[in-house]
Formats: sequence, C-alpha cells, structure tokens
Amino acid sequence: MHAQALLWLELGGLILGLALLARLAVAWRLSPIPFYLLGGLVVGEGGLIPLVPSQDFVEIGADLGVILLLLLLGLEFTAVELRRALRSGATAGLLDLALNYTPGVAAGLLLGLGWAPALFLGGVTYISSSGVVAKLLGDLGWTANRETPLVLSILVFEDLAMAILLPLLAVVALGGSPLGAILAVGAALALVALVLTVAARFGEGAGRLVFSGSDEVNLLTLVGVTLVVAGLTEQLNVSAAVGAFLVGIGISGEAAQSARTLLTPLRDLFAAVFFVFFGLSTDPAAIPGVLAPAAGLAAATAITKIATGWWAASRAGVGRRGRVRAGAALIARGEFSVVIAGLGAAAGGAEELAPLAAAYVLIMATLGPLAARAADLRPRSQRKRLRIRRLARRRPGSGRSAEPTPGGPAS
Amino acid sequence: MAQVEQTPVPGVGVRYDFTTAEGRRVGVVHHHDGRKEVYVGTASDPEAAAPCFCLEDTEVATLAEVLGGSRVTAGLARLQEFVEGLTLDWLKVGAGSPVAGVSIAAAGIRARSGVSVVAVLRDDQTHPAPGPEFRISAGDTLVVVGTPEGITAAAGILRAG
Repeated sequence: MHAQALLWLELGGLILGLALLARLAVAWRLSPIPFYLLGGLVVGEGGLIPLVPSQDFVEIGADLGVILLLLLLGLEFTAVELRRALRSGATAGLLDLALNYTPGVAAGLLLGLGWAPALFLGGVTYISSSGVVAKLLGDLGWTANRETPLVLSILVFEDLAMAILLPLLAVVALGGSPLGAILAVGAALALVALVLTVAARFGEGAGRLVFSGSDEVNLLTLVGVTLVVAGLTEQLNVSAAVGAFLVGIGISGEAAQSARTLLTPLRDLFAAVFFVFFGLSTDPAAIPGVLAPAAGLAAATAITKIATGWWAASRAGVGRRGRVRAGAALIARGEFSVVIAGLGAAAGGAEELAPLAAAYVLIMATLGPLAARAADLRPRSQRKRLRIRRLARRRPGSGRSAEPTPGGPAS
Repeated sequence: MAQVEQTPVPGVGVRYDFTTAEGRRVGVVHHHDGRKEVYVGTASDPEAAAPCFCLEDTEVATLAEVLGGSRVTAGLARLQEFVEGLTLDWLKVGAGSPVAGVSIAAAGIRARSGVSVVAVLRDDQTHPAPGPEFRISAGDTLVVVGTPEGITAAAGILRAG
C-alpha cells in the first residue's frame, strides 16, 4: 500500500475511534478526557494496535493541542476578572494551592520518584479541570447559585498560578539552577503583569485592531500571533503554553467572544489528539502497578478539594448544601493535569510519573462529574418534588407551576 | 425599589439579584455573550437557583415592557430632569464588607468614586446627611448620589474595599 494512503487510513481510523469514544462520553454524561486517554493507551507502543506512520503528526498535533488549550483558557477569563480574583480570591486560592499541591508532592516523594517528578505530580493534583467544571456548572444549572462565583474565582486563581508554575516546572525539568528558575518565574510574572495591565487598558482596542470582519482573516491572525508568541516564550524558557495563555488574556471584549467561537472546534480536535498522545506514550503495562497509589491519591485529593470548596463557601456565608456543591464541583481534574504530566514525562526522570498521572486523571475526570451530580441530589423528602419539576420542565408552557412551594417560601 | 445585588461570575458574566417580598431570590445572569438568563431561587435551598429561561436582547425589551418597565423608565427620566446625569441609588453594606466599622471619610467613598453618601438607613432609622466621621456598619444601607459609573465604583468599594 502507498505510504500516503496508509497515513490517511491510520489517522482517519484514529480520529473515528475518538469520535466513538466522545459519543460514549456524551451518552453517559461524562468528560471525554478519560475516554481519550484510554484510547491512547490501547493504541501505540505496548498497546493493542501500534501506530507507525501517523506518529509524527500525532506528536506535533499534541503540542498544538496544548497551545490551543491554554489559549482558550486565557480567552475564558477577562483581564479584569483575573485581577479581581487576585485581589479578592487570593486567600481561597492559596488554601487551594496548599491543600492540593502538597498531596501530590508528598505522594511523589513517598513513592521515591525524586524531587523534580514529585513537583510535577503536585501540579497534576493541584489544578482542577476548568473545562470539566465549567461544563458541569452549566449542565447542572448551577450558574446562578450563590457559591458558583467562589468556585470560579478559585479556578481563575489556579490559572494564574499555572502561568507561574509552568515556567518554574520547565526549569526544574531541564535540571536548571535555582537562579535559572528565579529568572524564568520572574520573566513569567513580568509578562503576566504586563499583559494584564495592557489588556485592561487597551484590550478592546487591540482586539478591534487585529480583528476584521472576515472569520478567515481572524482565524489565521489569531493562530499566527499565538504561535509566534508561543515560540518567543519557549525561547525565553517560559514555556510555549504560557505564551499562548498570555495571548488569550490579552484579547478581551467582543474579540475574545468571536475568537472563542472560531477556535473551539480546532481546540477540541487537537486537544483530543493531545490526550491520545499522552495515553499512547504511556506504557499500559505500567498502569496496574500504579493503580493503588493513584486511587489513594485520588481519594486524598478529592477530600482536599471538597475541603477547599467547603471553606471558601462557608467563609462567604453560604449554607451547608452550597458548601458541598462548591467542594464537589472542584474535584474534577483533567486537561491541565495531563498538560503538566506531559511536560514532566517529556523531561524524563521517573518512569512512573506518566502512568501514575494517567491513572489519576482517569479516576478524577470520571469521579468529578459523578460527585457533582451526587451533590445535586436533594434529600429524600424533596426527591419527589424534584421529579415533578423535571416532568413539568419537559412540557413547555407548564414551567410556571413547575415549582410548588408548600410550607411557604425560603424554609 | 428592592435592592439589587451585583455579583461578578468569572468566565460567565455578571449576576444581578434581589429578594422578593415573598422571600424568593430572583435574578438575571448577564452572560458575556449577551444572553440574559433569568432564574428563581429554589424555595428549599436559599443558595441554589433554578434557571428558568434565556432571553436575547430584543426579548429583554419585550419582557421589560410587559412587566411595566416603561413606567419605571418614565419615573427615572423625571428624576434625571432635575440634574442631568445624576443618579440616586441604595447600596447595602454586606456582612463581610471591608468598610464595615470604618468612617465614611476613611472608607474614601467620595474621594475614590465621586459619589456622595446623602443618608444611611440603619435598623429602620434614617440618618440623613451623615458627616465624614459617621461610622458605617455591616447591614447599613447607604443612599448615594452620583454618576452611574461612580455608583458602580462605590458598590465595588463597599464590596471589596
């Protein structure tokens, strides 16, 4: 067979496989991330189906996936929201960092991975999946809940923390000196501060300048600018991902909105490739051996996330059920844990890191949505009413009487 | 008029809500993409809110009209005839507000937002024309006069210092 024909067949088969997995995830109302990871474990080296011709494409596609993930993350929050999160959400954000970074590092050291991989593992357990959480909040109708802004502020803080964490980890991975680490973090901090200031002041104007009426021009401009900035930051040892994130927060207003619409399909494609690549470069034979520590770590860091959400919500005077929801919403780990684990695996060091992170994310990306849905269940006495409401919702027009209030308002 | 609380929801937009005389929380989430999502707090759980429906811009105008919004606009217009560009508003001092226990002068509301505090409502009592040394406490409602931008800034000061 032609080499070219083989390439297309293999790539097409791979992407069709992903489509099938995504379909399953949608049907079961779960995040597709664990499905893609499993798909990646099945194919590739040591798996059931080896991939040969498309390996190069998948590798570059995976790198692009990381850049697009971070770009879209930057687009999700405006510069004003980021600054506000720094001012008013810092306490909860720091508690989140302390409670959820530490278990990863401790587990890494206990397992004898060494300092550098342990620091990466801390990153894996620290960052909640903003993609999964945002989707959960929308799907469960929690957007207007009183605890939701607190949950989102924690996510915003995590994103900013990641802009500092990624270059730091990049230096650690290279085995760089403390001075190099300080320089990289300093450069990242300076860049973040610069972009935040400029974006808050000129973001909308800059967006208008870059954006034209044509979607095609916008798409090419955006991708071009992002890749150039990613290359520059990579050269500065600040990591390409941080560069892409900065481009994202630099664009605000209407421009950000249309950029998000334009780039989301592209992100979905390449992010899926990235998850597969991570699964594919992980040896599936190593997974059973790390399953027990991964499960232990998952249990511990599910509890620490619940504690974080509970504390943040109770500090704001939110009631018990809202606190449970805030905690449960934060449990899911996903794309960014894989990004950090991917960086760590690429850096070498401990071989257990990638399989451990893969098993961990498999558990957490599945457990998160399930836990959130469990938190959404009302106490037994109110279940019946909930069912009535669901039934009422199905019939358009009957929504007004959808929620009976026996016993008066606001019990 | 009921007091409207404004809460930024990062990544989503801004939430405005108030409590009805019945004790239900009613509000609207203004999404970044322009959608307006109307919701009602559930009776059993004060923190949860069930989204009811979503509105586009034109539908917002229609709903406001149906609810008697045109009369509200007319009333406001009369007020603004008095002094062009001036708005009167009621701002609640939340329990966790950093300005609780601080004097009006020290809170710097006037200096930082250009808005004047013309009265303070506390426990059914009205303190008209409070001096700069008047101490704000949690639960107070400040009656303020200023530009709409200034009032937004003042609300920010009450919330976040």
